[in-house]
Amino acid sequence: MSRLIRALMVTAALAMAGQAGAQQQAGAQQKDTPAYGGTLSAIVHPEPPILSPLLNTATPIVLVATKINDGLVDYANDGAIIPKLAESWDFSKDGLTLAFKLRKGVTWHDGKPFTAADVKFSIEEGLLKYSSTGKRIFKTLAKVETPDDYTVVLTLSQPTPVIYRNLNSQALWLLPKHLYEGTDIRSNPWNAKPIGTGPFRFTEYVRGSHIALDRNPNYWEAGKPYLDRIVFKVIPDAAGRAAAFETGAVQFGQQHPITFADAERLKKTGKFIVDTRGYEFSPTWFWLEPNHKNQYLQHLKVRQAIAHAIDRGLLLKTVWGGYGKPAVSPIPSALKPFHLSEGLQQYAFDPKKAEQLLDEAGFPRKADGFRFKLTHDFIPYGDDYRRTGEFVRQALRRVGIDVTLGSQDLTTWLKSVFTDYNFDLISSWGGSGADPQMGIETRFWSKARQPGTAWTVVSEYKNDELDAALEDAQTQVDPQKRIEDYNTLQRIVQRDLPLIPLFEVDWFSVYDSRLRGLTDTPNQRADNFASVYFASE
Amino acid sequence: MLPYLARRLLLAVPLILGIIAFNFFLLQLAPGDLADVLASEQGGAAADAGYVAELRKAFGLDLPVLTQLGVYLKNVLTLDFGFSHRYGVPVASLITERLGGTLLLALTSLVLAVVIGTALGLLASRRPGGVVDSLVSVLSTIAYSAPLFWVGLMLVVLFGVHLQWLPTGGFQEVTQVPLRGLVLWGDRLRHLVLPATTLALFFVAIYARMTRASMIEAMSQDYIRTARAKGLSEGRIALRHGFRNALLPLVTMVGLQAGSLLGGSVVVETVFAWPGMGRLAFEAVSNRDLNLLLSIMLLSSFVVVAVNLTVDLLYAWLDPRIAVSA
Repeated sequence: MSRLIRALMVTAALAMAGQAGAQQQAGAQQKDTPAYGGTLSAIVHPEPPILSPLLNTATPIVLVATKINDGLVDYANDGAIIPKLAESWDFSKDGLTLAFKLRKGVTWHDGKPFTAADVKFSIEEGLLKYSSTGKRIFKTLAKVETPDDYTVVLTLSQPTPVIYRNLNSQALWLLPKHLYEGTDIRSNPWNAKPIGTGPFRFTEYVRGSHIALDRNPNYWEAGKPYLDRIVFKVIPDAAGRAAAFETGAVQFGQQHPITFADAERLKKTGKFIVDTRGYEFSPTWFWLEPNHKNQYLQHLKVRQAIAHAIDRGLLLKTVWGGYGKPAVSPIPSALKPFHLSEGLQQYAFDPKKAEQLLDEAGFPRKADGFRFKLTHDFIPYGDDYRRTGEFVRQALRRVGIDVTLGSQDLTTWLKSVFTDYNFDLISSWGGSGADPQMGIETRFWSKARQPGTAWTVVSEYKNDELDAALEDAQTQVDPQKRIEDYNTLQRIVQRDLPLIPLFEVDWFSVYDSRLRGLTDTPNQRADNFASVYFASE
Repeated sequence: MLPYLARRLLLAVPLILGIIAFNFFLLQLAPGDLADVLASEQGGAAADAGYVAELRKAFGLDLPVLTQLGVYLKNVLTLDFGFSHRYGVPVASLITERLGGTLLLALTSLVLAVVIGTALGLLASRRPGGVVDSLVSVLSTIAYSAPLFWVGLMLVVLFGVHLQWLPTGGFQEVTQVPLRGLVLWGDRLRHLVLPATTLALFFVAIYARMTRASMIEAMSQDYIRTARAKGLSEGRIALRHGFRNALLPLVTMVGLQAGSLLGGSVVVETVFAWPGMGRLAFEAVSNRDLNLLLSIMLLSSFVVVAVNLTVDLLYAWLDPRIAVSA
């Protein structure tokens, strides 16, 4: 393994060291002898329309599909790359070649052998043609070679460090070539009933009801999986999900499966664990985004005043059940080699300062008590997001900004924000990805502006120094220099506030206290659950 | 009778085609399309440039609106309802998968509502202002005004969580060895009780009040006095002479309820995780899944047309004074 890769892995390991410590403390991972058998009934919400992360990486799709299909590698809690279908790898020093040695004797669930031809086909015909994010992340991929049935060599046109965090099943979805070759991959019926290499085989998908997976007796990892069966139940109503936990109809749900109040209630019964671990691989942050074309929001002092006007701690406590922490940077704290916690301009809750900044910007209070009017369109993902919008509205009215809340359906919101750029102030959240180049870059890089594509940069804010740093990070092989590039981003964003980071979201999972093995991963939704079991009572 | 039927059926064709076209243009007015939705669902990162345009091309959303409508109509005429690019399967299979669940829930609640509602209405109408009447009146007011989701949740909390007599949701137990025969239907029945009751309650109230009002009116007619003068028993008078005449408004109501049941149970389907058409339609709207949504609307308009026709024919059968003619 090259020095470069070791260095990258060390920084990633450092990143996750904090969380590993937290894990030891939590004590939910008692060391029992793994027990075989049992059915895990889990919640999946919203219902996954298909089961192919190649075509859609929405969380519910990844949650179900990754139990059925393994990737080349996966990522451990300490940040290290761990083998899955690739048992070893060698990444060249110049960052231009990634060679994988595949595990022999692995079969697809229909009995056909898994070989390098499947990987080559998946990348060339799947990833590079149909994966929306894969096409962007792997755009420097020049060729895929298979010197023999169990070796795959990827050659890049320039170093692309972000690829090292995108080699798991979620990012690089492997297709059985014999079922996809010569077909229209987008409408291939196997997208809804995948044949994979993973620990669980697809059994049935009754739309609107459940997806059932059964143990793969021929799984390559000896002695695994432990569970006989996983049934993902579609339960659209939050109260219905809480009732299902209480009656024992389900034992696991992730990413806020129930309301904060129900989570507290279930935790007190002692039968359930409410756990925020397992989300470190792609931290989530919540932001306010001002439209820089707006005659008021184009002024830095107005944006700074807004940042000062919002009590983030109180917002988290009252709206988000305390599950989160105020953001001090646009890069979430769980992305530790990149997150900068000190030396950045901060905007503490200070309504007086906010008023003073607004006065200095030339917008004094008028006779009606307000300085100017704004609309605020919150992302319509549910009650918590509406309440966040209401909180922001109250906070801004207090300093003299009259805010009207806009409520739309999601598709209308997406179009008005990312296509028409027709908004004053929006609030939303996004995943940072396992590398800032995935979910952070597209919020700030002026060249990432793509009218009509969700989650690309929407503001007309442009800063050459910031652009240069982001472009350097795309090909930078020196991990320390890459970290410095993202430090530059954080300093500039906190200074100029092209968008206003509000808080980091702490997702929680709820699970039966007898369950083990759910948090041995920084990426719970994409873990294959081969190591999950029920401890005997 | 037959020429009447033929004329009504012929008239239904342009009506349904008109509904499709209207729905189609209505959906075009909604901002955003399926490509926007899919591009927004890429966890953790934005899509590559050009991805949205590629999707639009693949889904035929880049074609002129009239061409899209033409393609859809042409396909529908050959009974091809298109492909749901959201679910990656043909629309017809999505609808048939859900139709069974919807029909089971809708018909059960319809039967429950009609039987219990009219029985309560009949009881109440025997002594207007009496104890039974007052009780039915209070209960039906509560059932009429209570929000469906609240009723559903209360039933879940009582019978599902506390008493644990019935499942809290779903339409069947998911078992490794599939249930069969009587055991399967017993299990379905257990899952059906709470959602069907919830959905029926609102209509029980309506039928009870309508039956009561119609019966009181019918029982005050001259022919009832004549029947009494002839010495017929009170029960026979009420059922044979009063109730038959009181049925017409009820039949109208059944027609209205049946028409709305296909997609109208979305709240109950959500609370009880019941796999029906209501939720499918709701998701199709949210995701701008055009082919799926148009086909669901086509099906529901077909049902409404068919139910209306049946109601008209029933009128004539119930009341010979109403004649059907071409």
